[in-house]
Amino acid sequence: MLCHDSKLEPVGVCRMCAVEVEGARVMAASCIREAEAGMVVKTASEKVDRCRAMLTELLLSEQREESLKESTTGDDELYALQRRYDVTVKLPQGNSRPMDDSSPAIAVDHQACILCDRCIRACDDLQNNDVIGRTGKGYTARISFDLDNPMGISTCVTCGECVAACPTGALLNKELSAPMRPRSELKAVDSVCPYCGVGCGLTYHVDTEENRVVFAEGRDNPGSQGRLCVKGRYGWDYVQHPHRLTKPLIRVQYPKAALSAETVNSDRDGKRRKPGGIVDYEEVMPAFREASWDEALDLIASKLGGIKAEHGPGALAGFGSAKCSNEEAYLFQKLIRVVFGTNNVDHCTRLCHASSVAALLEMIGSGAVTTTYGDVCNADVVLVTGSNTTSNHPVAATFFKEAARAGAKMIVVDPRGSGISEHAWRFCQIRSGSDVAFYNAVMNVIIAEGLVDEEYVAQYTTDFETVKETVARYTPEFASAICGVSAESIREVAITYGKAKAAVTYWGMGMSQHVHGTDNCRCIISLALMTGNMGKHGAGLHPLRGQNNVQGASDAGLIPMVYPDYQPVGQDDVRAKFENAWGVALDPNPGLTVVEIMKAALAGTVRGMYMLGENPFLSDPNTNKVRDALTALDFLVVQDIFLTETAEFADVVLPATSALEKNGTFTNTDRRVQVGRQALQPPGEARTDWRIICDIAARMGHPMEYGSSADVFDEMVSLMHAYRGLSHENLGATGKLYPCPNPDESDGTIVMFGDGFPTENGRARFVAAEHTGADELPDAEYPFVLVTGRVLEHWHTGVMTRRSHTLHAREPEAFVEIHPDDCTDNGIAAGDFVRVSSRRGAIRLKVRPSAACQPGSVFIPFHFREAGANILTTDKLDPDGKIPEFKFCAVKFERLDP
Amino acid sequence: MIQETRAMLEFADDPKQIELATYRKNGGYDAFEKALKEMSPDDVTQEVLKSGLRGRGGAGFPTGRKWQFVPKGNDKPKYIAVNADESEPGTCKDRVIMEQDPHQMLEGTLLAAYAVGATTAYIYIRGEFQKSIRIVEDAIDEARAANLIGKNILGTDFSCDIWVHPGAGAYICGEETALLTSLEGNRGYPRIKPPFPAVEGLWRCPTVVNNVETMACVTQILRRGGDWFAGLGCEGSTGTRLFCLSGHLKRPGVYELECSTDFTLRDVIEQIGGGTLSGAPIQGVMPGGSSFPVLRADELDCGFDIESVAKAGSSLGSGAIMVFDDTVNVRDVVLNISEFYSHESCGQCTPCREGSDWVRRMLKKFQTDGPDEGDIATLMDVTDKMDGTTICALAVAIVWPVQSFLKKYPEAFAEKVTA
Repeated sequence: MLCHDSKLEPVGVCRMCAVEVEGARVMAASCIREAEAGMVVKTASEKVDRCRAMLTELLLSEQREESLKESTTGDDELYALQRRYDVTVKLPQGNSRPMDDSSPAIAVDHQACILCDRCIRACDDLQNNDVIGRTGKGYTARISFDLDNPMGISTCVTCGECVAACPTGALLNKELSAPMRPRSELKAVDSVCPYCGVGCGLTYHVDTEENRVVFAEGRDNPGSQGRLCVKGRYGWDYVQHPHRLTKPLIRVQYPKAALSAETVNSDRDGKRRKPGGIVDYEEVMPAFREASWDEALDLIASKLGGIKAEHGPGALAGFGSAKCSNEEAYLFQKLIRVVFGTNNVDHCTRLCHASSVAALLEMIGSGAVTTTYGDVCNADVVLVTGSNTTSNHPVAATFFKEAARAGAKMIVVDPRGSGISEHAWRFCQIRSGSDVAFYNAVMNVIIAEGLVDEEYVAQYTTDFETVKETVARYTPEFASAICGVSAESIREVAITYGKAKAAVTYWGMGMSQHVHGTDNCRCIISLALMTGNMGKHGAGLHPLRGQNNVQGASDAGLIPMVYPDYQPVGQDDVRAKFENAWGVALDPNPGLTVVEIMKAALAGTVRGMYMLGENPFLSDPNTNKVRDALTALDFLVVQDIFLTETAEFADVVLPATSALEKNGTFTNTDRRVQVGRQALQPPGEARTDWRIICDIAARMGHPMEYGSSADVFDEMVSLMHAYRGLSHENLGATGKLYPCPNPDESDGTIVMFGDGFPTENGRARFVAAEHTGADELPDAEYPFVLVTGRVLEHWHTGVMTRRSHTLHAREPEAFVEIHPDDCTDNGIAAGDFVRVSSRRGAIRLKVRPSAACQPGSVFIPFHFREAGANILTTDKLDPDGKIPEFKFCAVKFERLDP
Repeated sequence: MIQETRAMLEFADDPKQIELATYRKNGGYDAFEKALKEMSPDDVTQEVLKSGLRGRGGAGFPTGRKWQFVPKGNDKPKYIAVNADESEPGTCKDRVIMEQDPHQMLEGTLLAAYAVGATTAYIYIRGEFQKSIRIVEDAIDEARAANLIGKNILGTDFSCDIWVHPGAGAYICGEETALLTSLEGNRGYPRIKPPFPAVEGLWRCPTVVNNVETMACVTQILRRGGDWFAGLGCEGSTGTRLFCLSGHLKRPGVYELECSTDFTLRDVIEQIGGGTLSGAPIQGVMPGGSSFPVLRADELDCGFDIESVAKAGSSLGSGAIMVFDDTVNVRDVVLNISEFYSHESCGQCTPCREGSDWVRRMLKKFQTDGPDEGDIATLMDVTDKMDGTTICALAVAIVWPVQSFLKKYPEAFAEKVTA
């Protein structure tokens, strides 16, 4: 009863469920003792009840006088037993177990711990982190973190799965934004996590009087199965940050420029920077004045309308956001296309999986995943490549780790060692930018060893010969010289993959963010196709989506060359369909992509922009160029929940609502469309994003009227074959995996393409790729390779996460990871400051020596404005995906005096 | 006068007996060789069944029957684990075998392995027994070099390797399932039974766990015959046994004795142990190690065999007969016992972890201040609930002695009467 949790294997240690078995001298724990034929069991008897009462009393005699859980959330299971068995504690009180307050989010009270083992199993078996164990024996036994460290300095990732599992007050959520109160007094709102593409189901417990979330819990849905990571469970308090925008702002200070002294000025102007953190409002707010919605909207309509009248629709552009809902994405692209009259609409998918989608569309006719992350449990070989899954898709990673533990062979291919590589069967640490050579060699071996699924290739594909011809030159020995992995390892991995009954491939930005990103993806798609790893459970292709709604925003048409559902703008019949639906003539020319829009702004061809929830100043490559581009714009509207670094360049800033303050659907990496539900009232005059879009449309002469976001969804679905049949209502609590034509009967489709592909001839097409290498190779002046990426605790430009107590406390500052050998060679120690520079700029930040990097390469997360990694990155693009090469540029570093 | 019957200890006084050559000269490994070449595995088991041998670790389960629980025709590997984690207070007999006649244990182990079809055996030796570990390891090396351990032993199809695994100092690892968990490299936590180790033990494979002395008896049985063994001692307590006499005795030590209903526990204490060293009267005896109920001085006239001592309300347990005279305070004795077991509770399950230390604290209070009104009843109540609700038997190892002391020495635990 105390140690039992239906998600965990029974261990029978609390003994609270012990029952009498006739004929046995001792009692049996009913949670674990299997019933046998003829067994006579007494589940209730005086003896059973008295034993339970005594155990309860023994445990209670060790508790504090008042349970912290009982006095807050009121759901302490031990105290529930006390009430049930009417126990008065007469035993002398013990009191010798300590508190541990070292974690930013979790309070550990060893005295309240009853050693039920739930947290240990939750940490080991659900999250697969193996942090919690036991130490000591007998009465001094207690749970311990690593080798009995305080929780806050252990390898604990603060996912809080242990807190969710704990039946007593031993592991408690600390107060984040409002005092803990009993569950029964809080409103439970079932929603979806606003961070990554894993799209975990969660429930916010809301104090409606205070308009605050008190705590969040994982919610069972078929994907995440109730698991959460630190961002989902503890990273929502940003919505209550005092920096929230509550009124429209109009700029009063011209000429435009970055306003914060420390905002990513690199060290061009020599200003002394503050130690980092978020935008200083005292510094930037004087550049704006508060305005009414009417004034702000009128100004926007007249300015954008003026630019359109003077320079044509092509002088306008919009960046939507993959953090917004499907409905908002749909309306945003509709606004740009219908009201602005241009296809210059794009969003951050361009920076993440544009090349993956380009390769997938080209080869198999569909950009979405062919199977889910949970399907990993059916694979016997798992290829994880270019993905720091434990940091970027932590909950998906728990399933990968679980599969590896259950015996699947996980092959991790990545230039940088990450948490997931520690669970790998084989870790191939290739050199940055050598993916094509590596995978061509893998295919070379598969062909040479006769492991091609000839039947599949013949039945479902075309153009295999082109790949066969190309990879023939890539012998393992040849590729080994390029990628640095031994020929022997390449052979071993290839043969293992080739012989797998079912092999599934998961990949991330390490594959896509290269000038050869599309080629990288072509290789792994070819690999899956030639081995027939498609259309069956445990096999297929899964680009792990970054943002919570990057799949949905792309589906909804937030892409310059396609309408909703990837229907090309240049195709006459398609355009006619949308012209008919939207009632206006549409531009037949594909629009510009993210980086192209920035370049056009710099060139003066794009003059007015509307940005919804994007922060390109920090997220786009080559920041110094972006600064110039933003400054060059005639008129910029930024709609966001905080005054971002990009908003520092805005003419008008509109206060928007966070994901917790509105209803809308989000499509996760699995294609699961889920409803995010409103938990809180928006602050001040902040408005729901989709209503703001409609307001602007109306002022620009094209009223768009909807009663609710559900109505918007219905209109969108009517134009999208893939989403057919779905509605807010039938998505229910756990959403649906599209395609899901019969939502009343089905959860949707896990495995796609069991019987051919959505291409003209129904077949997938092989496309060969040659190794070309990165755009900017290291040289004598800039001898190191810079790889950018993310950390577990932070989200993109840190706008949300750096305003979250727990996330900020865990990872407060910018850093660069440098291999220990390179540190030694350059006289650098941990904690030293270095100046890292590229041909485009320089930043200064702290050094963390790390063997995760290869010698000769450094890693910088791009979340930190005080040392923006994108000052260094190159804006060279992949020719097909138009994605910049965030994962490779040449840099140098030098030690700075403290 | 009661005399020792030396079978297991026949050559124990010869310092060269630890060497393979001496052991063989004295007939060692002949029984094993004969079994390998002339007997089927089942014959070996039958011989052990015939002997009436009961396990010498404390619980006294019939050894042959335990072997029979090992499933046949199962393709899982089978293991032997020899429990040499001798840690029960008062028990010091296994180390005599390991340090003075280690091959005798190894031969028994090989015979057991042959009988159940095991190809690997582990000797789990208490970590503090550094000398035992060294001697057993040397003996294994010698036997392996002589092809008595290893592949195709003595040219037969039978292969079996033996490894020593030193413990790390936890009493609980002498519990058979905790021993297996520890062997697997985990914290030594007892497992919930069933399944029993013979069906699902080490690495979830069938495993026979036998005590060191049990293995030595197996050697004797196969050397001299099951009938010979059955003819020694008395019904239910056949063969010879090593008894560890300790406490306030003139002649403490390890003695090899036959059990009998013809003489009493008191006879053994007086004739073998020589009575109390001080000459002071005996106050109490724990006849089977500290985990069984105490017998008062007037309860010692029971027969000297498993059944008789059980009838008297205690147990011969692991053969550790501990005697204390009337110079000691029984409150100190019972506190000492509770301190040991609460310290050695593994902490896995609630009644033992919480209960054993609660009992210790209570007894500490009794020792210093004496019990308050109602304390004895509460203590009896708590210990009642610890009995039979735990995963393993460690909790009863504190419950039984504590309850027996409280019942048998009421004058020492008189409650303070509050007005």
